[in-house]
Amino acid sequence: MIILYAGLLLGILGLIFGGVLTFAAKKFHVEVDERVEQIKECLGGANCGACGYAGCDAFAQAVVDGKAPIDGCAPAGAKGIEKIGKIMGMEANVGERMVARVLCQGAKGVALDRYEYDGYKSCAVAAGLAGGPKACRFSCIGLGDCQDKCKFDAITMKDGLAHIDPAKCTACGACVKACPRSIISLLPVSQSVIVRCRNTDTARAARAVCMDACIGCGRCKKQCQYDAIIVENGLARIDHEKCTRCGECAAVCPCKCIVIE
Amino acid sequence: MLKKTFKRGIHPLHRQGSGKNATKNLPIENYVSDSVVIHMSMNIGAPAVPCVKKGDHVKIGQVIGTAGGFVSVPVHASIAGEVTAVEPIPYLGTGNVTAVTIKNDFSDEWVELHPLGSVENVDPSLVIPAIREAGITGMGGASFPTHVKLTFKEGAVCDTIIVNGAECETHLTADHRLMLENSVRIVDGLRAVMRALIVPKGIIAIEDNKPDAIAAMQKAAAGRIGVQVAVLKTKYPQGGEKQLIEAVSGRQVPSGGLPIDVGVVVLNVGTCAAIADAVIDGMPLVSRVCTVTGCVKEPKNLRIPVGTIVEDMIGACGGFSEDPGKIFFGGAMTGIAIPNIQTPTAKSTNGVVVFNEAESRSKDESPCIRCGKCVAACPIGLNPYQIKVAADASDFAAAEKLHVMDCMLCGSCAYMCPARRWLTPSFRFAKDKIVAERKAAAAKGGSDK
Repeated sequence: MIILYAGLLLGILGLIFGGVLTFAAKKFHVEVDERVEQIKECLGGANCGACGYAGCDAFAQAVVDGKAPIDGCAPAGAKGIEKIGKIMGMEANVGERMVARVLCQGAKGVALDRYEYDGYKSCAVAAGLAGGPKACRFSCIGLGDCQDKCKFDAITMKDGLAHIDPAKCTACGACVKACPRSIISLLPVSQSVIVRCRNTDTARAARAVCMDACIGCGRCKKQCQYDAIIVENGLARIDHEKCTRCGECAAVCPCKCIVIE
Repeated sequence: MLKKTFKRGIHPLHRQGSGKNATKNLPIENYVSDSVVIHMSMNIGAPAVPCVKKGDHVKIGQVIGTAGGFVSVPVHASIAGEVTAVEPIPYLGTGNVTAVTIKNDFSDEWVELHPLGSVENVDPSLVIPAIREAGITGMGGASFPTHVKLTFKEGAVCDTIIVNGAECETHLTADHRLMLENSVRIVDGLRAVMRALIVPKGIIAIEDNKPDAIAAMQKAAAGRIGVQVAVLKTKYPQGGEKQLIEAVSGRQVPSGGLPIDVGVVVLNVGTCAAIADAVIDGMPLVSRVCTVTGCVKEPKNLRIPVGTIVEDMIGACGGFSEDPGKIFFGGAMTGIAIPNIQTPTAKSTNGVVVFNEAESRSKDESPCIRCGKCVAACPIGLNPYQIKVAADASDFAAAEKLHVMDCMLCGSCAYMCPARRWLTPSFRFAKDKIVAERKAAAAKGGSDK
């Protein structure tokens, strides 16, 4: 008998609460735009914050509200942005896929050390101490501020130099902001001929601090048949409009600082 | 008599006499090197502008860099000889600073000096311009231009000048020796400033681990109008401006405020002696006392021309006694490690301390165990462990809410931390970032208008 009462009581309670919940669900129903959910599916999903919103949910909501541009999520990639464009019924202006590149080759042994740094493991802190542990004032410090900020596991530190895996990079730009030396930049993936140096000092000064520094000698400029290389401030720069990615410049560079990815 | 002090704080290396035993009984020796490198960013604020060129001949005390603004002081040649280079060199901070290299010809030729006479008779209105012309900056380490400190905004009233002879930093004995050997000059400098600012009271504050200095200063202060000596308990960071004011006068400087907000000005003993030199002899600031200690064969208190290279100073002390691991300017608590022994000293370099390999090796940090020792140590009353979390997450807004800007980077929390957390570097970073953000915001606001 007792078991029966208990069962009945619980059953009745269950029915009452069920009824209340059903009523509440109907009465206080919040209309969620189904597009928000759909857009969320297309995003990077790492809550990286590169779009300027608190996270993926907030960005998706902002897109639906018309506050955020549909191509605001870099990690979504071209496909994702196209999908978002379809969902929103807008023409997605999909640019080329960008990728972050490290413009330095100053690994240990290549770039000379100014002093041995033994302190707080942060590039930004080390950069403020006597101009940084490496003799070159433009070089990668190699303590991994960019690696800490990368939500996509695309950055590895090897021999005191950051390496970015282009396959994993979503061009969110967190590393670009984190780098105190500003040697990471977002470039279109097709611009694969890269001058891996930012040293604008004179040739002698640049060579004194790094074996692989661009000395602005201009050999690449002479070699280039397409007039695609500009040498200014002691640094070669590539005009990607004209560059055909033939690779002649990389072959003649005496400092091996022009690289083809 | 009850000895005064401030709340909280620590006792670094107290079993080893704060590392001061090696040099505290050694008289100051003069040392002049073959060449000096004098850089132009000797003060907080605008750097000086070099006004000599390569090949020029300069005399001691000749102006080689003119002040680059109000918050800036001129720089003088500290030795006589030929200028061999004017070029940018990397220094302790970010970026390069312009430096003038002078090769000594040992003629010891001085420029013509313009003494103002005795400090009790000098025209008070001439004192502060003289301080500026002499290129005097705070000599305790922060190198803030002294004439700026002594120029108040309208309505501010100063009733007490405190002379900082606490020297709470470890290893350093430069101020201690100066108080013993130049006690009258320090009191003269204090009197000059008291007369210039019409301040009735001047207090020379000294920690009780320097009884000989207390006796010497009491003797020098006897009979001088309004000058007295205060004896403080030995505790770090008593030499911090705000802590010293709390210890001596019991007043608390408000957050983000200056000592003048509570009617006080604090001057280092070295600064006072330099002021006396500037007023009585018309002499610019060209030399200072610097303690060289740690792993050197003969630790010494040296009076060096400003800009002496560290290598020369180590050589004057018999060279290294062991392989050096780290060399830094200042004491072990707030000192800044230097990148190499070619680094020149500045007006604010009160010590060169050499640590061997074992002493300088830093340990990896481990997670916070919430023991609260950092909170008990913080002389300002901050919560270092919380600020550390915010700063490491780059959440500078949260760090600012936790008053990281009031942190003076004394290192007390990091010294006490059993988990060896890197507290102070995080705070320094957070402060730098917040200052940079404020500057950027101000620049933006300015351009919008």
